[in-house]
Amino acid sequence: MNTLALRDRPSRWWQSRVARRFAQHPLALLGLVMITALTVACVVGPWLLPYDILQIDLRARFAPPLTGSHILGTDPLGRDLAARLFVAGRVSLLVGFSAMLLSVVVGTVVGVIAGYRGGWLGAALMRTVDGFLAFPSIFLVLALSAALQPSPLMIVVIIAVTKWMEVARIVEAEVRSLREREFVLAGRMLGLSSVHIMFREILPNAMGPITVAASLTVARAILLEAYISFLGYGIQPPLPSWGNMLNGAQQYLSSAPWMAIIPGAAITIAVTSFNFIGDGLRDALDVKGEHG
Amino acid sequence: MSAGKTTGAAQDVALAIRGLTLSLPRNMERAHAVSDVSFDLRRGQILCIIGESGSGKSVSANAVMGLLPRSIRVTAGEILLEGQNIVGLPPDRLREIRGRVVSMIFQDPLSALNPLMTVGQQVDEVLAVHGVGTPQTRRERTLELLTEVGLPSPELTYQQYPFRLSGGQRQRVMIAMALALEPSILIADEPTTALDVTTQAQILKLIRDIQRRKNMSVMFITHDFGVVSEIADSVVVMEKGQIVEQGSADKVLKTPSHPYTQRLIAAVPHLTGQNRPALDVAASEPVLKVEGLLKTYRSGSAFMGTLREVAAVNEVSFDLAAGQTLGIVGESGSGKSSLGRLLLKLMDSDGGRIVFEGTDIARMPEPEFRRLRPRIQMVFQDPSASLNPRSTIGRILTVGPVAHGTPYAEARDEARALLKRVGLDGGAFDRYPHEFSGGQRQRIGIARALMFRPKLLVADEAVSALDVSIQAQILKLLDDIQRETGVSMVFITHDLRVASQICDEIVVMHKGKIVERGQPSQIFLDPTSAYTRELVAAIPGERPDGGGRIALAG
Repeated sequence: MNTLALRDRPSRWWQSRVARRFAQHPLALLGLVMITALTVACVVGPWLLPYDILQIDLRARFAPPLTGSHILGTDPLGRDLAARLFVAGRVSLLVGFSAMLLSVVVGTVVGVIAGYRGGWLGAALMRTVDGFLAFPSIFLVLALSAALQPSPLMIVVIIAVTKWMEVARIVEAEVRSLREREFVLAGRMLGLSSVHIMFREILPNAMGPITVAASLTVARAILLEAYISFLGYGIQPPLPSWGNMLNGAQQYLSSAPWMAIIPGAAITIAVTSFNFIGDGLRDALDVKGEHG
Repeated sequence: MSAGKTTGAAQDVALAIRGLTLSLPRNMERAHAVSDVSFDLRRGQILCIIGESGSGKSVSANAVMGLLPRSIRVTAGEILLEGQNIVGLPPDRLREIRGRVVSMIFQDPLSALNPLMTVGQQVDEVLAVHGVGTPQTRRERTLELLTEVGLPSPELTYQQYPFRLSGGQRQRVMIAMALALEPSILIADEPTTALDVTTQAQILKLIRDIQRRKNMSVMFITHDFGVVSEIADSVVVMEKGQIVEQGSADKVLKTPSHPYTQRLIAAVPHLTGQNRPALDVAASEPVLKVEGLLKTYRSGSAFMGTLREVAAVNEVSFDLAAGQTLGIVGESGSGKSSLGRLLLKLMDSDGGRIVFEGTDIARMPEPEFRRLRPRIQMVFQDPSASLNPRSTIGRILTVGPVAHGTPYAEARDEARALLKRVGLDGGAFDRYPHEFSGGQRQRIGIARALMFRPKLLVADEAVSALDVSIQAQILKLLDDIQRETGVSMVFITHDLRVASQICDEIVVMHKGKIVERGQPSQIFLDPTSAYTRELVAAIPGERPDGGGRIALAG
């Protein structure tokens, strides 16, 4: 059913159909609320707490949560766990986000070029993607971080190297179908350059799947960072991250279980939140299943 | 004409619809898909329901079949099938009725057939699910049906998968399936819209023949008054979910009483048999000269010995003077669209010359040709696919000129002026394509093509996706623009009637070759090639001698 004089356009983005459908997705909303709360806590938390992350207090070692002003307790050196958790959160979330951004940018560029150009160039690019996918990513990450100096920036690059392929494949498939649409032909008719057609005409139409992939990639990047830091190859103490906090908690698992439970819960909340958001976006962007 | 008593006795009416109202979900553009609709389908008659898109004609048919989407509900009225009201019947009772009493054929036979089953299996399945016969008798019955709908070698067709068949053959299979249980009522929802004109003529004849032979009642949904005049005994005209006029075909077509019907009939393009008044352009050199143009599609590989070559455009030559419109007419697969894309170099040619303003562009490399692109522009078939959904209208119009070095402010002013020229208000500039109707989108597509003030405009089926009344407006717009700017046009279409409205000269293409070229009057009144004669004869509602069944005034 078409033919209608100028429909009233949704005047604000939050009135758009995608935003409306996202808002009707309870898990996605929960994810959004949880991750926002966690991020805000990590950003402002360390300023509000009366402790520095390196402030040692040997009289208050192994304090369980809710001891005095140590809301989440202390570690073997009497350092405040809440302060450490929030600072570690800054590191972990920042590493996760940066790794996502890097892999989305690389994956998108490769995917768009491979999808639009096709032919031998597209085949070569996509076989490279397959090559990267064929490596067991955990092994690759561990080998790389053992061989290289694991600064936070290097961790970001290492994680991105193992995560960009999925984005590339999604974008390539999307671009390959968009390439056949008439508006691309119209772009060529107007004499636009290939780069312009690829990145200014086609790419905006592929943003939906890219957004979904991005939110799921953040979740995986956070998990991967936690994983390698837990094994001791990632973020190095004294800079805390959720992963190396878990590493430090290992030997006190029976005597001070909160040391493991608290950063573990933070990782779980962050990862599930991003996964919920990803699912919610996927459903909201899926135009099938709604009339009109 | 089939029989039909003048009295409205109940046994004379196969299907009666009384005060039917279907509600749409909220947030839609209107509250009801159809409201308070009443009509009778008399036994042994063909009733045409005609209307433009969004008129509610297809929804009504689906209601009769009990195939409404869940979001649309019957809120009032009755649907009396052979005297029995089917509104509110449980699904299993409805299933019983579907196929046995009433059955349906759809617009797109390819998507209505299961690609993984042979034709025979699909017809057989209809019989099997209704528990008819034994496997042996079902097979015989299926072959009988395939013969009845005029499929060549039924035994062979039985074994074939739908993708092997042509569009017309697939529609014949659909008809065979619909006839399998000998229903007394057949509903046909735009069954010929996706078909070529010559195939359409055959399918219309088949439906007419079967209807007469079996004395069936047919409810035929269409948007084409030409088809109505070919086939209808009586007509219901719908607009925006309401019936505006109904009566016998003769009465509605010859003396339409409602203004909407009059407007629709007036908008139907028909063969004028007259040439277009020539534009007063003094031009010595043709703008475009095409010589021996070749394009071959290859599939398979020479190495494997499976190479298949199809000449899409085969030795095509023509020329086009300034300010003139050349129509390129052909059925699907004739190579007309490939030709259009070759002219714009959206596709590379395999041979021949395309001389544009004295320069051969056929072999010119893209970087060099990019300078010339602004001079040759195109209007695409599907206005919703050819406008980038993520760009505002302003960006769609200005992106080309800006890329060629025009300052943005200048391009913006030009875009606003052109939007006004094609009949849209200035507010369109900041909106997105989805906020416009099909006709409005096509106006935007035309404005985009005019941004560069081109010398040559190629319109590829530019009005095919539009309703007739919109179609007439767009044709008028193109005509006016040509008179104002003196642009030359290549107008590609499958519809001879449309071509006759706008073209100075027409080229008829068949299987990649030009079979005839001439002025509209010659092509329509005195075609020289057999193929053109066949095409002209197949146009619904028209007779080449001018004695069409529609007596259209004006």
